[in-house]
Amino acid sequence: MSVIRQSEHTEKATFGFWLYLMTDCVLFASLFAVFAVMRNSVWDGPAGVDIFSLPYVWLLTMVLLLSSFTCGLALIAARSNNVRKTLWLLGLTGALGLVFLGLEAYEFAKLIHEGYGWQRSGFLSAFFTLVGMHGLHISAGLIWLTYLMPKIRRKGLISINRKRLLMFSMFWHFLDVIWIFIFTIVYLMGVSPL
Amino acid sequence: MLGRLSWDALPSDLITLGAAAGMVGGGLLIVAALTYFKKWKWLWKNWITSLDPKRIGVMYLLVAGIMLLRGGADALMMRLQQVTGAGADGVLGAEMFQQVFSAHGTIMIFFVAMGLMFGLINIILPLQIGARDVAFPFLNSVSFWLFVAGAVLINASLVIGEFSAAGWLAYPPLSGLEYSPGVGVDYWIWSLQIAGMGSLLSGINFTATILKLRAKGMSLMKMPIFVHSVLGSMLLVAFAFPILTATLLLLSLDRTLGMHFFTSDFGGNPMMYVNLIWAWGHPEVYILILPAFGIFSELVATFSRKKLFGYTSMVWALGAISLLSFTVWLHHFFTMGAGANVNAFFGIMTMIIAIPTGVKIFNWLFTMYRGRVRLTVPMLWFIAFVLTFTIGGMTGVLLSIPGVNFQTHNTLFVVAHFHNMIIGGVVFGYFAGLTYWFPKIFGFKLHERLGKAAFWCWIIGYLLAFMPLYVLGLMGAARRMDSYDASLGWQWLFMVAAAGAALIMVGVAFQILQLIVSIRQRKKLRDTTGDPWDGRTLEWSVPSPAPVYNFATLPVISERDPFWEAKQHGDTRQAPAYYQDIHMPKNTGLGIVIASIALVFGFAVIWHIWWLAILAVIGIIACIMVRANDEETEYVIPAAEVARIEEQAREGAA
Repeated sequence: MSVIRQSEHTEKATFGFWLYLMTDCVLFASLFAVFAVMRNSVWDGPAGVDIFSLPYVWLLTMVLLLSSFTCGLALIAARSNNVRKTLWLLGLTGALGLVFLGLEAYEFAKLIHEGYGWQRSGFLSAFFTLVGMHGLHISAGLIWLTYLMPKIRRKGLISINRKRLLMFSMFWHFLDVIWIFIFTIVYLMGVSPL
Repeated sequence: MLGRLSWDALPSDLITLGAAAGMVGGGLLIVAALTYFKKWKWLWKNWITSLDPKRIGVMYLLVAGIMLLRGGADALMMRLQQVTGAGADGVLGAEMFQQVFSAHGTIMIFFVAMGLMFGLINIILPLQIGARDVAFPFLNSVSFWLFVAGAVLINASLVIGEFSAAGWLAYPPLSGLEYSPGVGVDYWIWSLQIAGMGSLLSGINFTATILKLRAKGMSLMKMPIFVHSVLGSMLLVAFAFPILTATLLLLSLDRTLGMHFFTSDFGGNPMMYVNLIWAWGHPEVYILILPAFGIFSELVATFSRKKLFGYTSMVWALGAISLLSFTVWLHHFFTMGAGANVNAFFGIMTMIIAIPTGVKIFNWLFTMYRGRVRLTVPMLWFIAFVLTFTIGGMTGVLLSIPGVNFQTHNTLFVVAHFHNMIIGGVVFGYFAGLTYWFPKIFGFKLHERLGKAAFWCWIIGYLLAFMPLYVLGLMGAARRMDSYDASLGWQWLFMVAAAGAALIMVGVAFQILQLIVSIRQRKKLRDTTGDPWDGRTLEWSVPSPAPVYNFATLPVISERDPFWEAKQHGDTRQAPAYYQDIHMPKNTGLGIVIASIALVFGFAVIWHIWWLAILAVIGIIACIMVRANDEETEYVIPAAEVARIEEQAREGAA
């Protein structure tokens, strides 16, 4: 494919991807709205203040923020054509994402083990769905990485791989932003006596 | 192993059995015919794997047409039930009647109206903006096949299991597990979820197409008005359909994982569902109607031989309607008990929408004023639309007054109102558009007299079918009512309505006949000029049917109605100095493969066959990776070949 056509394709694709992210944003907005309606619908189950541990969630947040940081660094490394450094940083991003998922899975498992599963109340349904939807997106990002990294290793930072990397980083930062909202609205506001 | 699926899922009563047998038999007949005439390869190569939006558009129209027959059959059954339901059980009985009206609404909105809309957009939009393709041709194919997968799933419920009996929007708690334990609601959820995913992807695709692929010089305020209307509609798709995705997801989580979003206990909140579904549902109404507005604007200018009156105000009206459509959803349930102030706000917002809509009506009328109007079939649909849409608009404003609404809520008055908007607005609009652009798609016009016959059956049938429902609604007849006390004296009004529905079906029969006759007389009806109506916009500047690459050389625009202006200066149809190679996307079968796996996924989740659902998810991920791996997705049409095709078209015109 000619260079001009490739750059046209990249422009179209990144624009389309932005649009997709906006639709995803509306999806999350709906789930946030549902959570806001349900946050006091605890029935006879626990409220947020009873089950959330802020230090633990703080750890999760830091891990995810760090992964966004390494993702950004990977993009800078790609810009200076450093394949090895790009790959290394992407690997770190993925590893941090995996740690994040593990920590979240542990939190979920612990809640379910204590009898606070999603069937307990409307509040817990909304909590598991919203946070779980974010986790599902993170998993998709990880699958994407396991696909993207071998591509870059094999063919280097050719323009189509740059496009893929750019779109992945958009996706990953987007999830980071969503998490900031989850941290604030679900956890911080959940433990405050609002 | 097979979850909830067992032999009991096959139909047992006579009507369902007949319908199922007819459907399966019809399917087998088509398969046999394709095999006998050795057409499989042709079908696969030219249609199924095609990424040409014109072909995808034709397939959308075909599916929508078939679904129109199914939804129309449902409508006839409903009318029969209500005629025979005076003090009796009626022909269908309550149980079956509930499934029929749920299926009718779902099919007509999601698979007929949406199908007609996406069909026409696919065919005409790239041509109008001077582009060769949509922004993401492969995604377009995936969207279409997801739409088909949803349609297949909803029809599969006839043969295996049952369909939802909870109405077209499946309000909980009725649609919850407690009151609808069967698979019906799950069929509803997943057929909409899959088709809705396709619509969402299309929304992204067409938005990107309009904003990124316009011809040089076509600034936003030089776009044809149809393109503006599609832009508004597609932005609404992008912002409203994710809400539907989320809502359906939550309902399915309630039903499959035992969550408590919409249950009546454990802190669930059924009214939240009603809010969410209408936060999508009201914009959806505008998603459907905006492109119809665009179509009417195009053809009223063409057939009045005048430029559109008030282009700028038309664009602003479209924008205002798009924005306001998100601020009125509560008028669907004033009786929820949100309080007088909330109701007043939403009532006023609803009335405000009538203002930009009124602007549009006047613009159309002023376009006709002192124009040289030709009363062609599309123009007849347009005039009927102005009549019915104005009636529907007035009853809409009536309904927007909360006090009145408390009386008419959930009555046939509401049913009459929204059919007024959706048949009189959306369906008439797409029929007009189809007649108008048919020659551009197929190279010959539709038979005029049969078209007029179909039109008169439709409009008279439509008035007969729905005006009585206004009366019945005001007399207190509830919607979705399967039987009523004979002493109420409603039966004759239902009979009039049934006669109207039958007359509409005669209109449909005329349309089918029109299609057959037109195909048989295609030589006589051939459009050799590429511009059969003396059109104004770019699609008429290329030969009919449009070549695969649309434009041999990409046009450069300097004003609105560029083709009309070019005709005034006499510089159309000149061969360019030289042609260039054209890059077009290669065919791929991955679209139908992904959609088929999505269909399997939906089926598996409906019947709780979890291993199959997991396999399907893995399959879809694998397909996406295969596609992403493919770096050679385009082929080249050499300049010499382009020159040959163009030369041929010019000779045909001469």
